[in-house]
Amino acid sequence: MNKIKPQFLPGGKLSKLHSFYEGMETFLFTPNDTSRSGAHIHDGNDLKRTMIMVLVALAPAMLFGMYNIGLQHYMAIGQTASTSWLTMWTFGLLAILPMIVVSYAVGLGIEFISAQIHGKEIQEGFLVTGMLIPLIVPINTPLWMVAVATAFAVIFAKEVFGGTGMNIFNVALITRAFLLGAGTIINGFSGATPLGQVSTHVGDTMTLHNVVGDPISTWDAFMGFIPGSPGEVSTLAILIGAAILLITGIASWRVMGSVFVGGLAMGALVHALPSATYPASLLNPIDQICYGGFAFAAVFMATDPVTGARTHIGQYIYGFLIGVIAILIRVYNNGYPEGAMLAVLLMNVFAPLIDYCVVQANINRRMRRARANK
Amino acid sequence: MLSKRNKEALFNPLSKENPVLVQILGICSTLAVTVSLEPAIVMSISVIAVLALSNVIISLIRNTIPTSIRIIVQLVVVAALVIIVQQFLIAFDYDVSKQLSVFIGLIITNCILMGRLEAFALNNSPWPSFLDGIGNGLGYGIILVIVAFFRELLGSGTILGFKVIPQWCYDHGYMDNGLMILPPMALITVACIIWVHRARNTDLQETSN
Repeated sequence: MNKIKPQFLPGGKLSKLHSFYEGMETFLFTPNDTSRSGAHIHDGNDLKRTMIMVLVALAPAMLFGMYNIGLQHYMAIGQTASTSWLTMWTFGLLAILPMIVVSYAVGLGIEFISAQIHGKEIQEGFLVTGMLIPLIVPINTPLWMVAVATAFAVIFAKEVFGGTGMNIFNVALITRAFLLGAGTIINGFSGATPLGQVSTHVGDTMTLHNVVGDPISTWDAFMGFIPGSPGEVSTLAILIGAAILLITGIASWRVMGSVFVGGLAMGALVHALPSATYPASLLNPIDQICYGGFAFAAVFMATDPVTGARTHIGQYIYGFLIGVIAILIRVYNNGYPEGAMLAVLLMNVFAPLIDYCVVQANINRRMRRARANK
Repeated sequence: MLSKRNKEALFNPLSKENPVLVQILGICSTLAVTVSLEPAIVMSISVIAVLALSNVIISLIRNTIPTSIRIIVQLVVVAALVIIVQQFLIAFDYDVSKQLSVFIGLIITNCILMGRLEAFALNNSPWPSFLDGIGNGLGYGIILVIVAFFRELLGSGTILGFKVIPQWCYDHGYMDNGLMILPPMALITVACIIWVHRARNTDLQETSN
């Protein structure tokens, strides 16, 4: 790698492709431009390695999602008993693989081209985004729609704001919002998801059914044996990912925790005031967390360090409001049975404002203290 | 008749001083009436007519208007013309006037009108004012039509109500993009046009600091 490097440095014959070389070098090896002498200890853990830890944390949800695609498929055609879990998993893998390829090819393609045009290094933000996209769109979305939505999100939510680290909105969520607006998906699955059934439910007692009409329990929803987008079905797998993110210190426990607190609090509140007009208020708070994309949004979307709040107090407020708004949209807006993703996007807008207020409040407090001590 | 100055009044608003792209005026109606091509074209013609005529009228009476009440006088003139256009549309093209609903009436509040009356008609004689009105109306109309073209094509698969995307595309999984019908995509379409326009006219680009 180092041997071919001079060709890409300014003056070399391939210097135009420098950003491509740079991207590949840091992706495959630990770059040797960390400081090696002096008193500064410089961690070899760069942005790319941080991103890869997020991918590791996504793995349980993804692997389970693949299995669940197969499970739902074979359940629908009534061959669950005669099919091994491996066959189901392979079915799911083959179903989701083209989406992953399309998402990465389109997204990275745009990033590479943009980096070449601007003469910058390739930013690696898309590593995670590219994996999140297949996990939050329904498995039966046409591939070209995924490609269009990804291109739209990368160009309009990221590149026009200045690339990785400058975006206001979470890019993966913009992709989903694009598909939602385009009318291809209603709530993460074109069939009847539990939340989709909830929103059209009539009556005072709530019973939900899976593809073949068996009732769904909270336990099924927690484990993930329910229809939904690949990544978001299994709350358990998401929690494993959450543990990885928290132990490695990549995600903010303040945001993640307060989203769940906010969701549970609002879930308890709406459950205390049940109404037949808003059927989702019949779900208890635990069900609210387990169904739909709430847990996935809390663990992988809200904790995005770029689009979220950065001050500690701000992170509590930011997370709590995501939880509250997610349940609010889900319960009181029957047009959108799934509110978690929209809540994160909405709070993305407010994150800088929250940070500003927290910082200003701190400045004012210190000013008062300084004056009092004078 | 068409001196250099008059030519500038007529042609500059088409690109270099485009009211929508460069001055960012009239955005509200650009978002509202561009879901399909037909109302956009009718809206453009209405704006051109109102703008040119009000420019001429204000220019004719510019020396008699007391400065302190000039805005009121301008509004009265524009409002009268808008009512005429509205009644004309109701009489001859009822369906489109239904689609445009309040937006014909809201031409009164279109910033382009007040802007041109204040900036041009009050200081110029009728003929250049007329050309200026036509030019700015066209500049606005072009953008309206471009935006409406893409929104109708991608959102409904039609142009002026005729199906242009062949059925075999739908059979192979193509879908109309419902998002194009919604107002946000009008904003993004205008943004794309501004992007292309600035890329071609580098002197219009703001310098970043």
